[in-house]
Amino acid sequence: MPNEPDDGARRTVSRRHLFKQAAGAAVALSTTAPALVTAQPVAAPTPPAPSPQASRLEALETLTAAEADTLEAIVARLIPSDANGPGAAEARAAHYIDRALTGPLRGSRGAYAAGLAALDAYAQSTKGAAFVKLSAQDQDAVLTDLEKNVATGFAPNAATFFNLVRTHTIQGTFCDPYYGGNADFVGWDLIGYPGIRMVVTADEQRMTARPKPVRQSAYADATFTMKGGSHGHRP
Amino acid sequence: MAIDLKKTDVVIVGLGAVGGVAALPLVRAGLDVIGLEAGTWLSPRDFAPDELRNNFRGWPQSAQKANGEIPTHRPNASSPYSPRLPIHPMMNAVGGTSLHYWAQSWRLNPWDFKVVSEATRRYGAARIPKGSTVEDWPFGLEELEPYYDKVEYEVGISGQAGNVNGVIDKRGNIFEGPRGRDYPMPALAGSEFTERMGAAARKLGWHPFPGPAAVNSQYYDNRPGCLYHGFCNRGGCHIHAKNSTAVSTIPKALATGRFTVVTQAIVTSVAVDEGSGRVRGVVYLKGGEEYVQPADVVLLAGYTYENVRLLLLSKSKPFANGLANNGGQVGRHYITHHTGATLAALFPFDLNNWYGLPAQGVAVDNWADDNFDHSGLDFIGGGNLWVYSDRRPIGAASMSTFGEAPTWGSNWKAFIKENADRWNLAYLQKTTLPYEDNVLDLDPSMKDSLGFPVIRITADNKDNEKRLGAFIQDKMAQWFMEAGAIAVERGPMGTMGPSTHAYGGTRMGDNRETNVVDRYGFAHEVPNLGILGASVMGTSGAHNPTLTAQALAWRTAEHLTKNWKAIAN
Repeated sequence: MPNEPDDGARRTVSRRHLFKQAAGAAVALSTTAPALVTAQPVAAPTPPAPSPQASRLEALETLTAAEADTLEAIVARLIPSDANGPGAAEARAAHYIDRALTGPLRGSRGAYAAGLAALDAYAQSTKGAAFVKLSAQDQDAVLTDLEKNVATGFAPNAATFFNLVRTHTIQGTFCDPYYGGNADFVGWDLIGYPGIRMVVTADEQRMTARPKPVRQSAYADATFTMKGGSHGHRP
Repeated sequence: MAIDLKKTDVVIVGLGAVGGVAALPLVRAGLDVIGLEAGTWLSPRDFAPDELRNNFRGWPQSAQKANGEIPTHRPNASSPYSPRLPIHPMMNAVGGTSLHYWAQSWRLNPWDFKVVSEATRRYGAARIPKGSTVEDWPFGLEELEPYYDKVEYEVGISGQAGNVNGVIDKRGNIFEGPRGRDYPMPALAGSEFTERMGAAARKLGWHPFPGPAAVNSQYYDNRPGCLYHGFCNRGGCHIHAKNSTAVSTIPKALATGRFTVVTQAIVTSVAVDEGSGRVRGVVYLKGGEEYVQPADVVLLAGYTYENVRLLLLSKSKPFANGLANNGGQVGRHYITHHTGATLAALFPFDLNNWYGLPAQGVAVDNWADDNFDHSGLDFIGGGNLWVYSDRRPIGAASMSTFGEAPTWGSNWKAFIKENADRWNLAYLQKTTLPYEDNVLDLDPSMKDSLGFPVIRITADNKDNEKRLGAFIQDKMAQWFMEAGAIAVERGPMGTMGPSTHAYGGTRMGDNRETNVVDRYGFAHEVPNLGILGASVMGTSGAHNPTLTAQALAWRTAEHLTKNWKAIAN
């Protein structure tokens, strides 16, 4: 029965090794998957009021405006909007990360503060401007330097910060939209995930089946929500 | 001041997979039983289909007692510590980890009970790896068969028998030992993908079959059949189709009126009568108070790490090095199932693995245990091949790119758009032997939230297991390629950190010099202390441990009821 809590924060292995392990991370037995969450209790996220209008608002819950701008620019390059459809920016992965950094990912708040500052300093020294001001091509060059762990000024190193942000960007793009990412189901649509079904028939498990996408959060089902809450709330 | 409670017949420490089973035969025999559980009751409303919560944030164990006591790990006594796991592999609740486990419910194969004698007979004594402390079990599969049967029917297991009283049925596992009757329910339905894998195995001349699961394949015991919606992997079942002890044996035990469940009770030590050296009960914390629960018999039913920790923490005059540890055997013969050396495969077509459950799969045992000739090989033991339908979006997008694409940007995005549903990962459970230097003890510095030391694991894979791992990866690669895969990728061997399949530490055996408990599960040094769980198992087999641990628990409980006066005095 294999195990997988993993948000990759403490990975110091090479990217290639990381990827080889990423497959293993889905396995409940693999016990080598380090993650970020500390031993502190996990606080339930506190979503804003349930009115459709309010649910579109995105407070900066912990990031500064400048940090958020830089993070937005990073996620937009990691999973760009292109011919294959919207990417991490449209999925609101940066909003997911901001919210999670006040809760289950709070152990990484310091790493974001230091890493985003180091990224800007590195962009300034190698490309002559803050990261958000660079062309997409230059932004990619900076991120490549992080990924290859040749960028300087990061603690413990650039690749660790790159992998942290990449892991959280994937979470924010493909998670249940309740958590503030995967907005308009852009992540699930991208990879063809047909959504959460409470009953799955044998036909729906045929390899050629293409079940109609259920574009709903798990928490659209009142079974799993607080009883006093607004049932059927769609983030 | 500790509050003294009224004495009971039996106190069980931990109401998970094994404690929840053992209670039933005890109360049915008329004994009064108190079950102490560190967690709480959970309800169907707790089991949302939420990948982030279940698989990445580790709810509920990340918010529980368990998370304060995550064992530390170092590969050997002179190596640095591995990074500490952020989330405990097991959870606290009435039902324990049987609530959110994968529910694969295997019997061990006959060879697993006789590794030493069978390997020696077939290949010679030199084939037992140097440094291994492996022993034959004190009995064979035939002794445990009636208890496997009881648990399969009381908990509710779906499966296809392969050997009923010696009659082989090729729809099931032709390598399994004889069973007295069929499973109580037919196997879970396969998906088209698992059926395709089965057909490929048959083409290779292998013997595929559906794996056994503690999941209802149909209405059973007043609970519904599985709806295949997924989220069984580290998630509980919102319709009670997964047969945790919280919905199977524990309610039956409660119905007798003789079973009392105390939740949020954290047991800190087992109390010893210094004159007789017998245990007299347990000490626990609840709601800021300390209680002493006296009992004629104490049954430890925590997970392997907690059983060992509680013994080592329970020091007294007669047991200065920890309870039942005058022989120095507590913490020895530690094993975790060798599940490194995974194998991932990429297919050129969609698999539609988005739904289903990790217990919905197809198995091959041709390369497990000693089901094949090892004469020309450089290892003993084997692995179970297991392919199943289970995929969720974050995990899918985190896939390996098999060297075919970068790991971010537009080209990566195009790759996962095409391939997120075209890969499968086999984790390959392989037999693992115990070794002299793979051990558990108390960490000299890391403490839990109460200030007690956590368990320290000192363990690593040895040559026999590494060779076996590479061999089994080859077999799995062959199977995936036969089914149409276009690429495979080998996972690293890994090391032996905290695991959901941890065995040993309180091994069972007739020789009291090398084992903590006797053949019935009672401590050699402490006649009224029983130990339940995989911590008593001396070999791992190539299959999931839970059903074997449950069968052993039932057997220990039944032995107690039949010998009550002798054991309880």
